[in-house]
Amino acid sequence: MIGAFIIAFREVIEAGLIISIVLAATRGIPGRMRWVLLGVAGGLVGAGLVALFAETISDAFEGSGQDILNAAVLIVAVLLLIWHNTWMSKHGKELAGELRAAGEAVRSGEREAAALSIVVGAAILREGAELVLFLYGLVASGTSGADIQFGAFAGIGAGILLSAVTYFGLASIPSRYVFSITSALIIFLAAGLASQAAQFLANAGVVDVLGQTLWNSSGVIAENSWPGRVLHALVGYTDRPTALQGLVYVGTIAVMVGLMQWSAADKRRSVRTA
Amino acid sequence: MSRSSRPFRLAAAALLAASWGAASARADDMPVIKVEMRDGVILPATIEVPANTRFKLEISNTGQSPVEFESTELKREKALAGGSTSAIVFRTLDPGTYQVFDDFHPEAKATLVAK
Repeated sequence: MIGAFIIAFREVIEAGLIISIVLAATRGIPGRMRWVLLGVAGGLVGAGLVALFAETISDAFEGSGQDILNAAVLIVAVLLLIWHNTWMSKHGKELAGELRAAGEAVRSGEREAAALSIVVGAAILREGAELVLFLYGLVASGTSGADIQFGAFAGIGAGILLSAVTYFGLASIPSRYVFSITSALIIFLAAGLASQAAQFLANAGVVDVLGQTLWNSSGVIAENSWPGRVLHALVGYTDRPTALQGLVYVGTIAVMVGLMQWSAADKRRSVRTA
Repeated sequence: MSRSSRPFRLAAAALLAASWGAASARADDMPVIKVEMRDGVILPATIEVPANTRFKLEISNTGQSPVEFESTELKREKALAGGSTSAIVFRTLDPGTYQVFDDFHPEAKATLVAK
């Protein structure tokens, strides 16, 4: 039972931490809950489909189908997170209530919420397929006892609870600071997802450069230990990064910071000329 | 097009880009190494694979419970429902010893040796 609890809990928080950060980062956007729920539903359906067609997907592209799909899902999430942070550096202050009269944040907020719903869906799709396989196996095999099934569902509940606590923790930060903090978290989150995508593309043979290992910190924080897993979910920690992963990680951070600076400067110009 | 469609178009473009890159993969005439996973056991305990060449690791879950073949050293993972078989294709692997485990049965461990 404990084993099933831990596995389910782990899989849920990997997606749940991403979702809670994204949710906190979009506080104040009108109509976002509808989009978030749409993203959750879409992600769950997608995860079910991926689990159902796991073998077909895996055999696609000469056996690289799973890697390609994972990379595509992650790249979509990264692009939307980059877009989110760029948008936020222009409209975050309006949402925080410092410029109440500003209407543009509200007008383009719908588009922002749509992007957010895709990120939520992608996070669930990516992590959820494994959980669906795991749970379905427990229920369908008929050999696991009620206590194991209870453990798995308790694990899901605990994972959702921890994600909710993370969200409310972030949401309780004063609104003047909350967007600065979530923007910073999202930079590292996106960089981590981008470097994971790079590794999936390397595994699939799409990218075939810079495969050498930069360092091995598995003796300090092993990737499959608890701290390693949480750091992996939040900032993309890996104990043996390749040069390609390192480059993509740093590159993503540079692009995001650059776009945010540009967007904030653009905002200042438009305020002056208005 | 409504304003809300921009993220969707962005998403579609990325999907296309990723799948286009993969379409260039070569046809397979590579060695196949079989691994069996059964409710917390990985067989064989020492998986011998060829180094520096393409090969396919064919993993069968012959047990009742779901398994997840994983190696953090190899940066690979694959979840399998009970009774299903799937494969991981390795492009090239440096000679050496790599630890693998079943993420759904943490006590199940094996070693992959490339030479």
